[in-house]
Amino acid sequence: MRNLGQQPAQSLRGFFIFLEEVRRSPLTVTFLAIFTGLFLGGIIAALSSEPMYEAFRLSVGEGLKAGAQAAWNTYRALFLGAFGDPVKISAAFASGDWLQINRALSPFFESLVQATPYIFAGLAVAFGFRVGLFNIGAEGQIFVGALAAVWAGVFIKGLPALVHAPLAFLIGGLGGALWGFVPGWLKAKTGAHEVIITIMMNYVAFRLSEYLLTGYLRDPNKTTPISAPIETTAWIPRLFPDPNRFHWGFFIALGIAYLVYLLLFKTTWGFELRTVGANPHAAHYAGMNIVRSTVITMSLSGMLAGFAGANEVLGVNRNLGVAFSSGYGFDSIALALLGNSHPLGVVLAALLFGFLRNGAIQMQLTAGIPIDIISIIQAMILAFIAAPAIIRTLYRLKPPKEVELTVRSEGETA
Amino acid sequence: MTAQATSRNSGQYISPARERAMGVFFLIVAAAMWFFFLRTTEPGVMTTFGMTPGGSKVKAPDWVFETALALQVLIFLTAFLGVYQLARGFKQYTNLVLGIVSGFFIFAFLAWGTSGVSLNLAGLLRVMVIRSVPLTLGALSGILCERSGVFNIAIEGMMLTAAFTATLFGSVTHNLWIGLVTGMLSGLLLGGVLAVLAIKYKVNQIIAGTVINIFSTGLTSFLSAKFLQKYQHLNDPGRFPNWDFPGLSQIPFIGPIFFSHNLYVYAMYVLVVVLTVALFYTRWGLRLRSVGEHPKAADTLGIPVNRTRYMAVLLGGLVAGFAGTYFTLGSVGRFDEVLTAGRGFIALAAMIFGNWNPFGAFGAGLLFGFSDSLAGKLTILRVPIHNKFLEMAPYLVTIIVLAGVIGRAQPPAAGGKPYEKE
Repeated sequence: MRNLGQQPAQSLRGFFIFLEEVRRSPLTVTFLAIFTGLFLGGIIAALSSEPMYEAFRLSVGEGLKAGAQAAWNTYRALFLGAFGDPVKISAAFASGDWLQINRALSPFFESLVQATPYIFAGLAVAFGFRVGLFNIGAEGQIFVGALAAVWAGVFIKGLPALVHAPLAFLIGGLGGALWGFVPGWLKAKTGAHEVIITIMMNYVAFRLSEYLLTGYLRDPNKTTPISAPIETTAWIPRLFPDPNRFHWGFFIALGIAYLVYLLLFKTTWGFELRTVGANPHAAHYAGMNIVRSTVITMSLSGMLAGFAGANEVLGVNRNLGVAFSSGYGFDSIALALLGNSHPLGVVLAALLFGFLRNGAIQMQLTAGIPIDIISIIQAMILAFIAAPAIIRTLYRLKPPKEVELTVRSEGETA
Repeated sequence: MTAQATSRNSGQYISPARERAMGVFFLIVAAAMWFFFLRTTEPGVMTTFGMTPGGSKVKAPDWVFETALALQVLIFLTAFLGVYQLARGFKQYTNLVLGIVSGFFIFAFLAWGTSGVSLNLAGLLRVMVIRSVPLTLGALSGILCERSGVFNIAIEGMMLTAAFTATLFGSVTHNLWIGLVTGMLSGLLLGGVLAVLAIKYKVNQIIAGTVINIFSTGLTSFLSAKFLQKYQHLNDPGRFPNWDFPGLSQIPFIGPIFFSHNLYVYAMYVLVVVLTVALFYTRWGLRLRSVGEHPKAADTLGIPVNRTRYMAVLLGGLVAGFAGTYFTLGSVGRFDEVLTAGRGFIALAAMIFGNWNPFGAFGAGLLFGFSDSLAGKLTILRVPIHNKFLEMAPYLVTIIVLAGVIGRAQPPAAGGKPYEKE
């Protein structure tokens, strides 16, 4: 677009080339998928609002107006919940009172808090995808990671915070790694499909957590099945005073995303893993060890998911109750695909999901719209990302030049 | 490929190493029964099994026997089977004998847990049959899809949506049958979504299933929170009544357990038989399975691969929808958020445990239903096992089966791969 104004014909051609590029770019599909998902979510919000039906009795125009109004209200509440109210924020900055500013900005930071486990879990699934493995068990690995971390936080005593918190975080990761190792090992040794095994491992993890939280880990002073609060030395510190829950876990997640990027794209070992993912036969003939890479990948993937659980326990809740992770693990499948299984993409997608989730929680409180609407939106985004042909047909896009990354998930390893 | 095909047709071939391992395993089971059960049982203590389910008119006398004696007999029989297996081998019947030994172990466990107290065995088994319904029906849905080569991990989502739809339409029209049909149609619709994503757009089938699961959970929870909580009359479809099967329901013990249920239980019996016949004894079934085993060969013979798969997945959706309506119209009579609670995934487990075979799935459904039913009664038995571990059992058993420790699961060869014509 730089040559705009030099020669009309040439600049016009430049514009068309640019448009052509946009129409071919996979990123366009991603953005349109998100947009379409949000749009359809708005339609569902409109369809489920009672005022719209009453307005339709008056006239069609009134009905459409009421429907649009309902969708607008939904997304307004979502936006305000996710980012905070701009009016309040500017008023707080004008007053110069730190307490006010903290309170006005806390929705924004809360979204980052919600995005943090998404980053870990999304990295877990994406890492598996890159090596051709489908880790659908992130949810269970999150639970086991949280159980391990809360154990370390409650029962290890007397350590300085500088040792205790990282140790509890690592133990949480190891718990998740164990839960990823089992399906990886079974897949490598017996060819058992990792998808089914990880689904089963999820439910074993749920039952295990219920068992431990009603027994061994339960706080005897509470009537509900919930663990005792962890030692303060195991806390991942928060940056701001209450009610702002933003903590260092977010930066740890960014750091680990960078490490995953380095591992996958800048080391020989990562190249080997990606080769196994892209073409296991070729990798096998090149002398790469598929059994080892399968086991290591599933363990590391489980570890990343375990970090998500540890992060929630040590940074946010500081204890563990039943059903604490409502669907982070399953959403992360959508998220990893949305981010094209690239660490940077995962971080961006996790931010989107974090803002959506936090916004939806606030929206439920203020506008009375059930939080589950974001599950519907996420499912539709996932469908459009997984079937880009739908989006291309819808918006008359051209097929991409390069072959997209596809997930290999078949019955047997090579 | 050929080895797999022949082994499936000519009964299961059991390697000598596995035969020996099984013999040792039976002996270990016998030893475990002695160590855990007989050793801790006082002689002369009696076990009392109630043989009439609560509320049943068909009475049967209680079954009272001496615990230690029964345990001795069971241990002897198990040890005998183990020795015979080591000496001569049961050959192709090994898996059947494994089932018998497992049955002995479960019975010994029940007898030991009930020593000195009384347990309503008939009630336990009746609940087992009821609990097996969604598992078996869900597994049948999975079998239809996967035998044609399409993974269906969306059984949970289909059941959930159908449960919701059936409740809503059943309540609005005050007609159970309309609820049933609309519920099934919603399953069919999601089956269509799965089919279009998996077959037309060639989306990874696990992802397509995940889409449906997330979508169904979101949509039903959203609509339920928005409407069903507020307008309770929309959440009151009623339930299908129990119906005593003439004649058969009058058999003491057996009758109340198997033949005094609502529509769903009988439909389950019928569907298991019908699907077995349809899949294994008709041309239609042969074509469906060939598409799932070797689509290229099927295509060469003129079988329309994708059309067959569409039909199988749509039928699977219909069956899953039927299974879903059970949760509301056949069980509790109202919809609550995520009321399927992972049953769709146990159904998946039952499908695998039953080796992609309707009767196998039925057996697995009964077994998992039993562990579910027993988990509710464990507090009566005062045995040192937490009910959460019994609830884990279906998942653990499936992992063990998939890993090939006991018997080897044989999924359809072309499962999960979209078919591309060359």
